[in-house]
Amino acid sequence: MAEMQVEDKGKKGGKPKTKKQSTRVDLTPMVDLGFLLITFFMLTTSMLKPQTMEISVPSKDKVQEEDQNKVKASQAITVLLGKEDKLYYFFGTEENGIDPELIETDYSSEGIRKMLIQKNYDVMKQVEELKADKANKKVSEADYTKKLAEYRASKTAPIIMIKASDESNYKNLVDILDEMQICNIGRYAIVDITPYDLGLIDKKTNPAN
Amino acid sequence: MPKVKVPRKSTTVDMTAMCDVAFLLLTFFMLTSNFVAKEPIVVAVPSSISEIKIPERDIVTVLIDKEGKVFFGLDAQKDRVEVLDNVGKAYSISFSEKELNEFSKIGMSGVPIEKMKAYLALSSELRDSKEAAIGIPADSLNNQFKVWMKTARQVNRNLRLAIKSDQATPYKVIKDVMGTLQDIDENRYNLITSLEQVSTK
Repeated sequence: MAEMQVEDKGKKGGKPKTKKQSTRVDLTPMVDLGFLLITFFMLTTSMLKPQTMEISVPSKDKVQEEDQNKVKASQAITVLLGKEDKLYYFFGTEENGIDPELIETDYSSEGIRKMLIQKNYDVMKQVEELKADKANKKVSEADYTKKLAEYRASKTAPIIMIKASDESNYKNLVDILDEMQICNIGRYAIVDITPYDLGLIDKKTNPAN
Repeated sequence: MPKVKVPRKSTTVDMTAMCDVAFLLLTFFMLTSNFVAKEPIVVAVPSSISEIKIPERDIVTVLIDKEGKVFFGLDAQKDRVEVLDNVGKAYSISFSEKELNEFSKIGMSGVPIEKMKAYLALSSELRDSKEAAIGIPADSLNNQFKVWMKTARQVNRNLRLAIKSDQATPYKVIKDVMGTLQDIDENRYNLITSLEQVSTK
């Protein structure tokens, strides 16, 4: 096939010439094997590494009552994740004597995101400027992350308390954590839902009772 | 008239170049590949905008399916052996060399420790079957998952924790798992998601 026959033409001289062996090897099986292995590796590998979302929760012994109640009522937004992808929020805290008004919304960009961006407008603006600066190479990568964290931790930014009810699912939780990222909210916490919150939802959904 | 002789052209092509390319590609794929770990159940992970990639090694994956079954997976083979040995000791079950070796080949498992011996004795096809995917007990009465996690942490201090859960998993299950992790002071973890594009507008 790929080899070349080296013909012995030298018949003139008296010397008996040794026949030159071809050094060519047929490479077809080797190529076959090569492609077979390539196919195998292509099919078994996952080039895309999965994305992750990092969260840290406070350790159990550190969470104390006094720390929990430090959230200022004016800054607090409580988000309640209900069943069947329902989402509710209210401003302030429940300690006002009167029930806060519970507003129903959804996970779309017109729903909770609009409200959060509105509430977090100052930080959003700062971050947008920072991102523009980064795109124009005005700030370094290290400065960017430092500043971003600084802006997000702003004292005046809203504090979100995420309370997921047992009927909500994992997707809801990831979605709401995502919204926190999108809306540049640095201060949020996942808190256990209280019977009071459940009562609020109940009142909202069945006003008759 | 003499016939015009058409010189016979050889149909063979020189394969060397093709061979070179094939093996170049092969080398590339071999070096960049990380195998898809076999998972006992299929989960549809939720999407998020997060672009952080999961670290390459030293990860312990907690897989939670729709019904709340919990599975536990380690990426390093030598850790797996040690972890199983220690978990077995905690429940006073001792595993033979063969069983430990068998376990080191399983990427992710979800079997109550009492049934582990029977599970390891199964053939690999049976092990992948739906019936074998029971899940590790993670309720407060019999929290074997906690023991697994604790042991894994003792065996390898640098482990990073990744939670991979199905979209439809009830929050209650997630809360329980997070509560367990909080109990043993595991306060930082990664939630595995798939990428989603988003507009802030």
